[in-house]
Amino acid sequence: MENTINIKLKVWRQAGPKAKGRFETFELKNISTDSSFLEMLDILNEQLINKGEEPVAFDHDCREGICGMCSLYINGRPHGPDDDVTTCQLHMRKFKDGQTITIEPWRSAGFPVIKDLIVDRGAFDKIIAAGGYVSVNTGGVPDANALPIPKPNADEAMDAASCIGCGACVAACKNGSAMLFVSAKVSQLALLPQGKVEGARRAKNMVAKMDELGFGNCTNTGACEVECPKGISLANIARLNREFLSAKAQD
Amino acid sequence: MVKIDAKIPEGPLADKWKNYKNNQKLVNPANKRKLDIIVVGTGLAGASAAASFGEMGFNVKTFTIQDSPRRAHSIAAQGGINAAKNYPNDGDSIYRLFYDTVKGGDYRAREANVHRLAEVSNSIIDQCVAQGVPFAREYGGLLDNRSFGGAQVSRTFYAKGQTGQQLLLGAYQALMRQVNEGNVELHTRNEMVEIVMVDGKARGIISRNLVTGKLERHFAHAVVLATGGYGNTFFLSTNAMGSNGSAAMKAYKKGAMFANPCFAQIHPTCIPVHGEFQSKLTLMSESLRNDGRIWVPKKKEDAEAIRAGKLKPTEIAEEDRDYYLERRYPAFGNLVPRDVASRAAKERCDAGFGVGTTGLAVYLDFKSAIDRLGRDAIEARYGNLFQMYEKIVDDNPYETPMMIYPAIHYTMGGIWVDYELQTSVPGLFAAGEANFSDHGANRLGASALMQGLADGYFVLPYTIQNYLADDIATPRMTTEEKEFEEAENAAKGRFEKLMSINGEKSVDSLHKELGLVMWDFVGMARNKEGLQEAIEKIQAIKKEFWSNVRIPGSTGGMNVELEKASRLADFIEIGELMARDALHREESCGGHFREEYQTEEGEALRQDDKFAYSGCWAYKGEDQEPELNKEELTFDVVKLVQRNYK
Ligand SMILES: Cc1cc2nc3c(=O)[nH]c(=O)nc-3n(C[C@H](O)[C@H](O)[C@H](O)COP(=O)(O)OP(=O)(O)OC[C@H]3O[C@@H](n4cnc5c(N)ncnc54)[C@H](O)[C@@H]3O)c2cc1C
Ligand code: SF4
Ligand code: FES
Repeated sequence: MENTINIKLKVWRQAGPKAKGRFETFELKNISTDSSFLEMLDILNEQLINKGEEPVAFDHDCREGICGMCSLYINGRPHGPDDDVTTCQLHMRKFKDGQTITIEPWRSAGFPVIKDLIVDRGAFDKIIAAGGYVSVNTGGVPDANALPIPKPNADEAMDAASCIGCGACVAACKNGSAMLFVSAKVSQLALLPQGKVEGARRAKNMVAKMDELGFGNCTNTGACEVECPKGISLANIARLNREFLSAKAQD
Repeated sequence: MVKIDAKIPEGPLADKWKNYKNNQKLVNPANKRKLDIIVVGTGLAGASAAASFGEMGFNVKTFTIQDSPRRAHSIAAQGGINAAKNYPNDGDSIYRLFYDTVKGGDYRAREANVHRLAEVSNSIIDQCVAQGVPFAREYGGLLDNRSFGGAQVSRTFYAKGQTGQQLLLGAYQALMRQVNEGNVELHTRNEMVEIVMVDGKARGIISRNLVTGKLERHFAHAVVLATGGYGNTFFLSTNAMGSNGSAAMKAYKKGAMFANPCFAQIHPTCIPVHGEFQSKLTLMSESLRNDGRIWVPKKKEDAEAIRAGKLKPTEIAEEDRDYYLERRYPAFGNLVPRDVASRAAKERCDAGFGVGTTGLAVYLDFKSAIDRLGRDAIEARYGNLFQMYEKIVDDNPYETPMMIYPAIHYTMGGIWVDYELQTSVPGLFAAGEANFSDHGANRLGASALMQGLADGYFVLPYTIQNYLADDIATPRMTTEEKEFEEAENAAKGRFEKLMSINGEKSVDSLHKELGLVMWDFVGMARNKEGLQEAIEKIQAIKKEFWSNVRIPGSTGGMNVELEKASRLADFIEIGELMARDALHREESCGGHFREEYQTEEGEALRQDDKFAYSGCWAYKGEDQEPELNKEELTFDVVKLVQRNYK
């Protein structure tokens, strides 16, 4: 019952952050269409190791679309041709026999390459550190049910909070902007009374950090929303802008 | 054998934690600034501990192998987190949560620890809500609860099917706030590879920077390991690819005992294995068992026809289906604890009633729930899980039942800790899944998240002070000291040895060999001969590994294969320890099922007179047999009975 395909891979290889990169071509035979994209890369790596060559380095961990560790720019799309999935959830049934598949790292000034397909997304941590939290210490907080929160707000906050920090939005954006990522966190917290208190300050600090770290401006192209594996909506950017303006007004 | 002192405080069970806190030593604010703590791991346990230590004023360094603390394996937890809030007013209480956890763990956990866990559970929910964790709510604006495997009350809080994600992001954000304030130093893509001991105390670590390949030295007055579980010993598991047991093994070799290694949990609802290239198994949240009904065909010929692709599950008439959990356990039905549900699935499949192409699968069917509640309600509850299933299997679970099979999921065993979460090495603490503490022989659903956050937010911040209070006069050491140099050299020697083997087999191929041995002999059902055979096989794999593994590249720079090899070397030793522990424990309890010890109906049969203890293994040197020590368990409050979910 199993279907298999033969494919050709064009993979970005780069020995280190400063090294010059290039594409390398590989052929893979009899890949089961039930295998995931990363399992296909495992098979490639097993073959490379058996030949005594260095395997292709790529990021991954949970392999179920939640940790945000996997990346890959596949045939010109972050996380590849399937919609609403991360690369680790992509399956080979989305590809055709004989197809050439081009695999590149995220390309953006904010995410320098470390090795082959692995990039440094430490900038996202720095943006969160700039204000992506509610400033409470452990202990001494009110009962969880002390403050009712309308279900629609809680649900909307949950949707924004689904961002996995993968960086596909940045990779998809011609300006290399991180607005969708930043806005998701700002929105989640602004929608909840616990986070509302610091809403304006948070927006200002996170946006300032994003600018400082070399991410581009948002010109509302919407490419980020299309490629986001978690369906984070552009409406969050509008909410971020409102918070940001109110911060400016308070200055 | 050494005498084990768990340092359980005096007083009645319900007062022990209060008494402890009232009498413990504290560190004043000026002294806190002079004390350094290393937290290895940034999952729920590590991130919550590191953030809390930072807020208290300690100097914290934290380490993670991923590129960000937010990616720790905790992120993947789906179902929820327990607490004894009793918001639904269905009769829950701290006592009941405590009791359920001890019973669920098949009476192999320490009463005092479990009671403390239940006590602090409510504070966790308060804390998370204050951080902006978007838990599910009802229309009235208050928090929603659901019931979860093994409980008759609804005490599970959840955030869609992404509870672990939201809790971890809450802890991560608290951690990043401390990074911003300069109290926590964050080291990502940085793996602890050795513990540094000075005068019998843990005083730091050697880590490997996974980007540059360089070894680094870090000093601290105390070290916390929050490095997760060792389920990946089995190669295929629901754990993330990077989850590993290496930090626990480093601690073990420095004198920390490893307790109950054989207590591993097999989760009943995972997507079945489909091919040899498979890299991991995906969990389908247990919450699905609230509305899904588990069945296999009643007739063997139907099962055979399904396996051959000649019959569809939807074509099997109602009366020809065997809802075996509802049949065997009418009181709990599809909600029996995980070990019971897993073994029941194996029993049906071994008897020839399994479905799927391999015959190693059972159905989880939502048809009656959809008929009763409507598709929209089911979609609201499980939409993302259904989508995930469809993406992987290419089948629509709204129309045809899901297929599931048990898989390794969680390890109850781990580094032995006392009541203070201190290991048998002074100054070395262990938290979260990495320690063995609270779940006995079986963990209840939604209790790992609770334990990780309890350890990190509400236990360690107290107990570590009790230790550090005696250390306020200990100055910071320079890492030029000989102990650091020796530890670094040991780590360096090990990596060089690995690189020099230059054999024929890839790391993954050897890991798969280990995984098969584990699954076949140390998996869901174990017996004496099988375990003895497993030990021999694992020792052979160890030999093969150290003489024939092939690792391309060099020790300098990023080398993923070298990282994997180093972890596999430790998994091999954990595997052997699991088999030894399973062999010695001549009883069945929780996740440990010995075929020789079962009731006539095939239920687990404990031997309380002989095995009501935690088996704590001490390292005795390379190629020496480890020594078994026993922490006797005394039950002052709970009465031991055979678990009964009928
Ligand atoms: C798919 C899935 C679903 C689950 N669902 C639930 C659920 O619904 N409810 C529930 O209660 N539990 C659930 N669990 C269990 C629960 O998620 C885990 O037990 C828990 O999250 C473990 O947290 P932790 O902090 O102990 O470790 P982890 O989250 O595993 O974190 C380990 C950390 O240690 C780091 N680390 C490891 N080794 C080293 C080293 N040598 N050096 C430096 N850093 C290191 C890692 O980078 C990571 O940061 C689930 C588990 C799985 C697999
Ligand atoms: S907004 Fe979407 S694409 Fe961007 S980091 Fe978050 S999940 Fe990834
Ligand atoms: S590996 Fe975790 S999201 Fe892809």
